[in-house]
Amino acid sequence: MKLKTALLGAAATLAFAPAAFAERGADGNVNVLYSQAVSIMNAYLSSGTKDVEVGSLVLEPLAGFDQDGNVIPRLVTEIPSVENGGISEDLTTITWKLTPGLLWSDGTPVTAADAVFSYEYCTHPEGGCAQAARYEGIEKVEALDDLTVKITWTGPKPNPFTAFVGATSPILQAAQFANCLGTAAPTCTEQNFRPIGTGPFMVTDFKVNDVVELAANPNYRDPAKPAFATMTVKGGGDAAGAARAVMETGEFDYAWNTQINPELQAQMEAGGQGKFVSAFGTLVERIEMNMTDPSPDLPEGERSTAMHPHPMLSDIRVRKALSMAIDRSLLVEVGYGNAGRPTCNLVPAPAQFASPNTDCIAQDMEGAKALLDEAGWVAGADGMRAKDGVPMKLLYQTSVNPVRQDFQALIKGWWNELGVEVELKSVDGGVFFGGDPGSPDTFQKFYADVEMYANNFDGTDPEPYLAQYLCDKAPSPANGWQGENINRYCDPAYDALVAELASTREPEKRSEIAIRLNEMLTKDSYVIVPLVDRGRLSAHSNTLGGVVLNTWDSELWNASDWFRIK
Amino acid sequence: MTDISAIEKPRSQWSDVWSQFKTHKGAVAALTVFVLLILFVTVGPFIWTADPTYINPDAAQMIRTRNKPPSWDFPLGTDQLGRDMLARMMKGGQVSIAVGLVAMTISILLGTLVGVTAGYFRRLDGPLMRLTDLFLALPLLPLLLVMVMLFRDPLSRTLGPEGGTFLLIVFAIGVTSWMQAARIVRGEVLALKEREFVLAARSIGTPSRRMILRHILPNVVSPIMVSATLGIASAIITESALSFLGLGFPPDFPTWGRLLFDGVDYIQQYPERVIWPGVAISLTVLSVNYIGDGLRDALDPRIRGR
Repeated sequence: MKLKTALLGAAATLAFAPAAFAERGADGNVNVLYSQAVSIMNAYLSSGTKDVEVGSLVLEPLAGFDQDGNVIPRLVTEIPSVENGGISEDLTTITWKLTPGLLWSDGTPVTAADAVFSYEYCTHPEGGCAQAARYEGIEKVEALDDLTVKITWTGPKPNPFTAFVGATSPILQAAQFANCLGTAAPTCTEQNFRPIGTGPFMVTDFKVNDVVELAANPNYRDPAKPAFATMTVKGGGDAAGAARAVMETGEFDYAWNTQINPELQAQMEAGGQGKFVSAFGTLVERIEMNMTDPSPDLPEGERSTAMHPHPMLSDIRVRKALSMAIDRSLLVEVGYGNAGRPTCNLVPAPAQFASPNTDCIAQDMEGAKALLDEAGWVAGADGMRAKDGVPMKLLYQTSVNPVRQDFQALIKGWWNELGVEVELKSVDGGVFFGGDPGSPDTFQKFYADVEMYANNFDGTDPEPYLAQYLCDKAPSPANGWQGENINRYCDPAYDALVAELASTREPEKRSEIAIRLNEMLTKDSYVIVPLVDRGRLSAHSNTLGGVVLNTWDSELWNASDWFRIK
Repeated sequence: MTDISAIEKPRSQWSDVWSQFKTHKGAVAALTVFVLLILFVTVGPFIWTADPTYINPDAAQMIRTRNKPPSWDFPLGTDQLGRDMLARMMKGGQVSIAVGLVAMTISILLGTLVGVTAGYFRRLDGPLMRLTDLFLALPLLPLLLVMVMLFRDPLSRTLGPEGGTFLLIVFAIGVTSWMQAARIVRGEVLALKEREFVLAARSIGTPSRRMILRHILPNVVSPIMVSATLGIASAIITESALSFLGLGFPPDFPTWGRLLFDGVDYIQQYPERVIWPGVAISLTVLSVNYIGDGLRDALDPRIRGR
């Protein structure tokens, strides 16, 4: 075992020789463009991806995720597990061992007290911590000695890699943030703009919503990294402009989130200045079927609630037919190109939780028509279907977005061919996702028959995500239209299985249950009709090496490995 | 023997106006363009019968007909879903021109009514002008959004999604854009009121109603015409802004404004996609402006005949 590891290490050293032996700061400056400008470096005070990611260049967690979703050590010697004793047998504690000799960028040592402080900082009762979910279910965090952090959970925690893992729960320097607890947190401008960190870079100049200037951290744990002496992170513009700045004008080396139409992607790539990189996470564009009646004739407060089942969509044959009529490959081709792939799953990744189901990929118009005939919806003289004199008519809503409007037009075409009348509606994204209980147009209220949007889950464990579809999580007037069970799906068997998942510890059993839950929502019931597994798409210049896109952690997770190709 | 034919036929006022209008070359050209545009959107669909929302259900066919440049099959090319641009331009034009004209009519009627009343009756001047100030101070877009939010559902239930939206948009634009016209008209009326012919008319006991209709209104036609022409342009643009925010017509319902917004994403690869609706909107606005210009000259007795 030892020998094998040593050999692997030697091989890796040889493979990465040009980069690994490069001197720190030998490659000059690297320019990064974020189309949304950075407003703060402290991930605890912002839920914006751009702030978390740029902040991750400076502030690091104990461990992170690699591009496959595996947990990798950052400030610790190894990842705790039940086998190495880091996680207790009953799954109620986890113990992290810090790497000895770690220094902050100001030269002071990193200790376990800093981790305890970070926990206190985010869970302070008077502070509004944006990442509080990472610390849910913790009873206490203690420093056993200078290098040992022990987290005790309130109950067994099958997935303990939430606190101090990933860019959204970094370690702050206790000495720097000591006076920034609770309500004082947002007022600590100097600390939030120029945090002292352990990451490969440190802030030299910060202009809010404009530009961040960084320089290599002289005390970074790997003496050969980072290869760049300075980094400039510029903010502003839009996705197309960002892509152009890397792919056409060459002003920038890296651009974040360059989601543009497939043809423009191909055209820009043909220029030969740079490359688009994509990676797939858990973001799925889907159609949600309303299981309750959204008819405007119902009194306010009863519309789209469990009191009235949907007259058409509560029949599974109708839902299945609507799904079968869709050609997902064409949707990908039109809307996303390389940054998307057709999917039938609500949970498309990580691999151990993804169902192998691909039944929905092939379009089957004839089968769908037969299924509707069987369900009693018969085509009339004009080709439109009706049952007992009620015409088959759907209201299909989504947010304003060019790709979504194209999808609406295409899907309306297929459903019309099926004999279903479709009325389209698009709502401004700010309103649709705004969650205002007073607005009739939010996706939670779902005053439509079907709606389309995309959603994903944080981290690598789908349990909380799948638990959104419990009966009691349906939005209704009683809970102020808050709740994640958008379809008002309700199956006691599903609820029981979710409870079983929460109490299951063995990884194999967990993935088995998660796959089952995913299938209950998709191919068994067609309540959720997944369309496209959407990847993250970024662009980098051909002269920038070492870029590995990661959807499980910060996109800049390995910025310390970036180098200039000469 | 007297030569009857030597006596000229009596000239009516409108034939005078027309002969004056004809001398304005720009206005005649603009009128021709405008009539052609109207014919394009009204008669056009009967000649070019392609369905503006037709997407080829065969995926392979659809992919092949996407983003086509102009050809005999698709005179203006196709869009990103293979829909025929010519048919979409015609359908879109019907809506845009109708919205422009109707909204303009509403706003001009309101503006003139308020302006003339405020200018002519001194007691109403204060309250009406404060009302105008109030409307001017209101932020229009949020107001429109609230109106759309409140009334869209009930209207589309009674009149269908398209009819209801049309009525709502036209009305919303109309009642939020009459203020400029009202102010200009009031100013003109105030000046006219002091003129000798008004004094003369009043001295023989002309009632207010006739005074306004016969003496005041014909003399304020020119500023009304000018603001009307500008109104059409802004109505078309406001409609496209509303459609863009998702509060106008349903997303698959083409209007020139929506075609323009859809095309922006493809401006680099297929510039014609924004050029067609852009040119159509510009031509409409420009031609209406020129027609207004010619009409103003023709309707002004001081210029006419010179």
